[in-house]
Amino acid sequence: MPHGPPAELKMASTPALRPNRMNAARRLLWRADRRFSPYVYIAPFFLLFIGFGLFPLLYTGYVSLTNRDLLRPGVETYTGLANYRELVGDDYFWNTVKNTLLLMVMCSVPQLVLALVLAHILNARLWLRTLLRMGVLLPNVTSIVAVALVFAQIFSRDFGVVNWALGLVGIDPINWQSGDWTSRSAIAVMVIWRWTGYNALIYLGAMQAIPKELFEAAALDRAGTWRQLWHITLPALRPTIAFTALVSLIGQMQLFTEPLLFDTSPGSVSGGSARQFQTMSLFMYEEGFRLGHLGYGAAVAWLMIVMTFALAGIGYAVTRRAVGTTGAVA
Amino acid sequence: MTDAAQGSLAGLGKLRAHRQRRAAGGAAGEPSGLLTRYPLMVFVVLLSSFPVYWTFTIASQTNDAIGETPPPFLPGGNFLANARRVFDTVDFAKAIGNSFIVAGSITASTLVFCSLAGFAFAKLRFRGRNALLLVVIATMTCPVQLGVIPLYIEMQALGWAQNLLAVIVPTAVTGFGVVFMRQSTVQAVPDELLEAGRMDGCSSWGLYWHVVLPALRPAMAVLGLLTFMQAWNDFMWPVIVLSPKDPTVQVALSTLAAGQYMDYTLVLAGTALATLPILFVFGVFGRRIISGVMEGAVKG
Repeated sequence: MPHGPPAELKMASTPALRPNRMNAARRLLWRADRRFSPYVYIAPFFLLFIGFGLFPLLYTGYVSLTNRDLLRPGVETYTGLANYRELVGDDYFWNTVKNTLLLMVMCSVPQLVLALVLAHILNARLWLRTLLRMGVLLPNVTSIVAVALVFAQIFSRDFGVVNWALGLVGIDPINWQSGDWTSRSAIAVMVIWRWTGYNALIYLGAMQAIPKELFEAAALDRAGTWRQLWHITLPALRPTIAFTALVSLIGQMQLFTEPLLFDTSPGSVSGGSARQFQTMSLFMYEEGFRLGHLGYGAAVAWLMIVMTFALAGIGYAVTRRAVGTTGAVA
Repeated sequence: MTDAAQGSLAGLGKLRAHRQRRAAGGAAGEPSGLLTRYPLMVFVVLLSSFPVYWTFTIASQTNDAIGETPPPFLPGGNFLANARRVFDTVDFAKAIGNSFIVAGSITASTLVFCSLAGFAFAKLRFRGRNALLLVVIATMTCPVQLGVIPLYIEMQALGWAQNLLAVIVPTAVTGFGVVFMRQSTVQAVPDELLEAGRMDGCSSWGLYWHVVLPALRPAMAVLGLLTFMQAWNDFMWPVIVLSPKDPTVQVALSTLAAGQYMDYTLVLAGTALATLPILFVFGVFGRRIISGVMEGAVKG
């Protein structure tokens, strides 16, 4: 901090010591600082967001109305709704819509239920608390690429641990990658494994904000720990649950890396030989960046953007209702 | 309070005794609760660390050994040989270097810009502040990952395609970071301190530098760790915009996995190498990272 004399002292002595004009210039600077500095400080965020977040997002809508090739930058032809007309008749596209919606449910529901149970178990004065929490969060700090690759091994037909364990109880090896439901289940396991602990910690944070007296009173009423979970914790957590459900549904709508890397045939981006686990993101990637159809890929992206905002809108409405009802209860 | 607590005064003694018994057992657990809690927790932690353990196990075996039944459950002695093959197959040293450049730059710029913006939103008065803050929060819900096609077109126009700048610049400052830093500034910096600074003739920058930054250090550590790990692990946009010849570590892994056949000891040796820095960061700063995740919950 610049060490000047105390404020009152300085104010008193300045007019005598310094010429008036300099004083005025300083005051001007001071005023300019107070007035404009805040905008300078927040400007980097807004500039970058507009330039590399908002603009590309909105521009997707325009690109989806054109034909554009990856390898011929700058050359585009406006085609109106042609891309969308093609999408409607594209079986590969509808297949990815189905896969994406199925995976959204298969990943989110078990993940959130398990996270709640896990948070409930963790919500006690446990010995080695930090270590346990780190163990639970470990899957989330490993990269999705690492997760997808090791699970590809774990689920591999010939050398995988899963098939080995199934063999112990007399079940024949399963070719996880090739089946519709087996491949989707394996992908769901990866996602669930990576995100359950993270959500559990979020729930734990919210649980610890619930007043202790509620639990004590319930214990007096001889409510066991699971009934406490049902009657106290769950209602109090409703907004948090709605929030995490929304975040995870939106996240899983964009599922990309797991299906990309679970496909072990070299260089394939089709999500399995029969496209049994290709997601919308992967389809967008295949069309846009493998086949070079940027316009067509953008049409897929635009539909996903619309779906995301629709989901967010529904989520917002549900959250508001959830917050409203908890407010009424408490 | 419920009916139980509203009971007669005579019940109060009973209640107190009960409370004391409960306090001994933990927040919500009678002794039997603890007995089931620990085995369950051990099981969960084993399950959640198994794939990471398995990465290192396979990475240290030979391809013959992992084909046996039962598979080897303990690490072997072949890690260095597999690691060497990783470096022979792809330019892994360059990939690791690139990842450090990318994650390091993103972390540094996120810390600077988010703390400045967070300070402005928390403590400075300016017109449109609340509306702009709402805009920042709203940006967090935007699925910007879905804008990759125009973003790629943009990068081509800027001449940044296949350049690390294309990965660094778009995420150099995030809405989450700004909101997180704003909240931290509100909590960590008392208004009186700033007023005293103003009295001493501090400019806004002086306040930021001398008062806010020192107080924000713990919060910046959390944001820095979360940002670094996220940037290190990012995959979709880097694999689109970077060339396989000049990749980040995650992109290099996907190249390894795209070989003619899946060479698991090779691929997972690479995976193990790419995961080591993250495990190191997590091991050293785990407590802070956990508090970051749990606080994010309360704020979100």
